[in-house]
Amino acid sequence: MKLQAVLDLPVCKVLVKGDPKRELSKVFCCDLLSIAMGRAPENGVWVTVMGNKNTLAVAALTDIACIILAEGVALDEGTLRQAENEGIAILATELPVFDMALEVYKAGLS
Amino acid sequence: MDEQLTFTYTISGDDFTRAGEASSAIKNKLKLLGVNASAIRKVAIAMYEGEINMVIHANGGEITVTISDSEIKIVLADVGPGISDISKAMQEGYSTAPEEVRSLGFGAGMGLPNMKKYSDDFQIESVVGKGTTVTMKVFL
Repeated sequence: MKLQAVLDLPVCKVLVKGDPKRELSKVFCCDLLSIAMGRAPENGVWVTVMGNKNTLAVAALTDIACIILAEGVALDEGTLRQAENEGIAILATELPVFDMALEVYKAGLS
Repeated sequence: MDEQLTFTYTISGDDFTRAGEASSAIKNKLKLLGVNASAIRKVAIAMYEGEINMVIHANGGEITVTISDSEIKIVLADVGPGISDISKAMQEGYSTAPEEVRSLGFGAGMGLPNMKKYSDDFQIESVVGKGTTVTMKVFL
């Protein structure tokens, strides 16, 4: 499944588009960056409520394709610009983490 | 003899949001050098954890990365407070990180265990009151 399918989900707002043609591996939920650092899957979609600059750093270092900020969590402008440079998609939703991950799952990504 | 490339980074102790810049820089260099993706991921994770540790616990430090044909060696040296019980510090879940660091999603006691897990060779030396030096190698 390609990133475009996640960008098309009506429950999310796209803040940074990333590379829509990027092939995704799986969906991953975690709010503890210490754990995410070791476990986040390469080319994964990461659903989290931890929205700070370090979230992006962890995503970049683990080759995450897309971060979805759940529960209405936001990211500052500087971090969004950095995400653009890193080629990582950033989406935001009002849904809780599990419900959001389920939407990605239903769209075809386990 | 192998041709070696050496990069040195000074890690600032007071800016938590900048932690990761050195790891990112090395990751990009390794990509340009054509190093395989799994080795790059191991180096990026192990080094980032080291950077975070330096900022949280040691008021910064210095990282030296040496790249040869056979391995990537990362030496993290600080003049922080040192670690009194290394075997305890190596346990997953053991942490002495302050609350503000935990609220940012770190300080879960995964740093040193992740560094060991993602490097092929891991050495740590620490003297209380003098500082800590971690040497990690990822073989190519």
